[in-house]
Amino acid sequence: MVIFKKPLLITALVLSLVATVSSFANDTTSVLTSAKQAEAAVEEVVATPALSEEAKAELEREEFIQHHLLDSHEFHLFSYGKESGEEKHVGFPLPVIFYDEGFHFFMSSAFHHGESVVESNGKYYKLYHEKIYRTDAAGTLNMDHHNHPENIQPLDLSITKNIFMVLVASALMFFIFVRLAKSYKKNNGVATGVGRFFEPIVLFIRDDIAIPNIGEKHYKKYMSHLLTVFFFIWFLNLFGLTPLGVNVTNNIAITAALAILTYVITTFTANKNYWGHIFWMPGVPAPMKLILAPIELLGTFIKPFSLTVRLYANMLAGHVVLMSIIGMMYTFNNVVGSGLSFVLAFALSILEILVAGLQAYIFTMLTALYFGSANEEHHHEDGHH
Amino acid sequence: MEQLLGQFSLGLFILQTVIFVCLVLLLKKFAWKPILDAVNEREEGIKNALQSAENARKEMQLLQADNELILQEARIERDALLKEAREMRDKMIADSKQDAQAEGARMIEQAKAAIAAEKNAAMAELKNQVSALSIEIAEKLVKQELTDKAAQTKLIEKLLTEVKAN
Repeated sequence: MVIFKKPLLITALVLSLVATVSSFANDTTSVLTSAKQAEAAVEEVVATPALSEEAKAELEREEFIQHHLLDSHEFHLFSYGKESGEEKHVGFPLPVIFYDEGFHFFMSSAFHHGESVVESNGKYYKLYHEKIYRTDAAGTLNMDHHNHPENIQPLDLSITKNIFMVLVASALMFFIFVRLAKSYKKNNGVATGVGRFFEPIVLFIRDDIAIPNIGEKHYKKYMSHLLTVFFFIWFLNLFGLTPLGVNVTNNIAITAALAILTYVITTFTANKNYWGHIFWMPGVPAPMKLILAPIELLGTFIKPFSLTVRLYANMLAGHVVLMSIIGMMYTFNNVVGSGLSFVLAFALSILEILVAGLQAYIFTMLTALYFGSANEEHHHEDGHH
Repeated sequence: MEQLLGQFSLGLFILQTVIFVCLVLLLKKFAWKPILDAVNEREEGIKNALQSAENARKEMQLLQADNELILQEARIERDALLKEAREMRDKMIADSKQDAQAEGARMIEQAKAAIAAEKNAAMAELKNQVSALSIEIAEKLVKQELTDKAAQTKLIEKLLTEVKAN
């Protein structure tokens, strides 16, 4: 399997970079990996103003990177410091929708970045760490011993930053591909405009992903899903590289949703042969069949899980490393170190553009592979080993 | 892992699933199906066009071969015709030559025969005349002899000159 060599290589490269950079900027990444720690550290800053100027700046960077990676209820574009020392945040609020014994709807600006308690339909809500909690009128949060609020969390269906970007990407995809579809009619079967760029990719997915993995006979019913998955992940990965800081594909809920859809489609379109291989593996002795059945069944769950984590971890790692290197420019604060960081960040950005496409390709490829296994025809009894 | 689960937002998961499924269905109806159909159609069209071009080429080749064959046949036929005509002409010339020769020979033969017949007739006539003349002379001679010897001789001489003159 030549195809898998490259992603492995790049994953290894990214991971090795993560390792080197994390040893460089040890505290930068270690705090990143834990939202709780970072928050605790920020609180510490508030509590101990005696911290050195440098440590404060470092913590600020950590908080920024972490903030950049997480989902949010408002769309934050950038911040700048005023001369008076006050920080100004530029962005726009997004609608908050959640279900708590009835639907609640208001704009996220009402939370004032978690400082205000919002009253909606006679109940009070507070935003804490980008999560909505039901509180009393004073906004009291009862913390458990892990420093987590014990308050009730309503089902949050807000148009968060991630959902907003998902909608933007969906709209963009819809616009591009409907136009491509129409251009065929207008132009006698030849694509025009931006469609000329996307048509070969569509054909690539059909000819090099769908047909070889699923087979000429069944591939057609999966094409819509494969194409949508590929472009969806690719577009969102690329959006994640923009300075807007919208990293949708490094949110595990998003990748899990995509992977579970793959699992659901595989399960519901699987033929008898597929189930036969899971529950009663042909060509092995009966006791082995009994042992293999739970392993094979577990395997079907591991597949979507690996899809989830692969995409999530790859994108997260890329962003963490990239932003850490950018952060290092300020840590070094001299021409040589910052210059080196800049060159490294630049090179990594280019690598990330490649990874953006590559991860979309891998996800689509593996999805097609699973679809293919669900549709594999029965060959011959002794062909299995 | 705890942090991973802590980051996991069920609402985001649900919304993402709903939006994605809608996106798949919408794109399927408005984009993927028309795109793939159009591409398929185009590919079929190209395949067919190539096929028909190939067919046309083959047909052309066949036609050219046919033409060549017809031309060849025509050439052979022409050659045959020419040969035949030449033979016929030669034969006709030979025939007429032979005819003419035969006719000439026949005419010469005829003329010879006619000449011979004329000659015979003339000879016969001459003989008749000579005999008649001889008889006449003999008659006169006989008559003269009986009267005068000298006169007889004279007469014979005179007759002879007459004969000579004749």
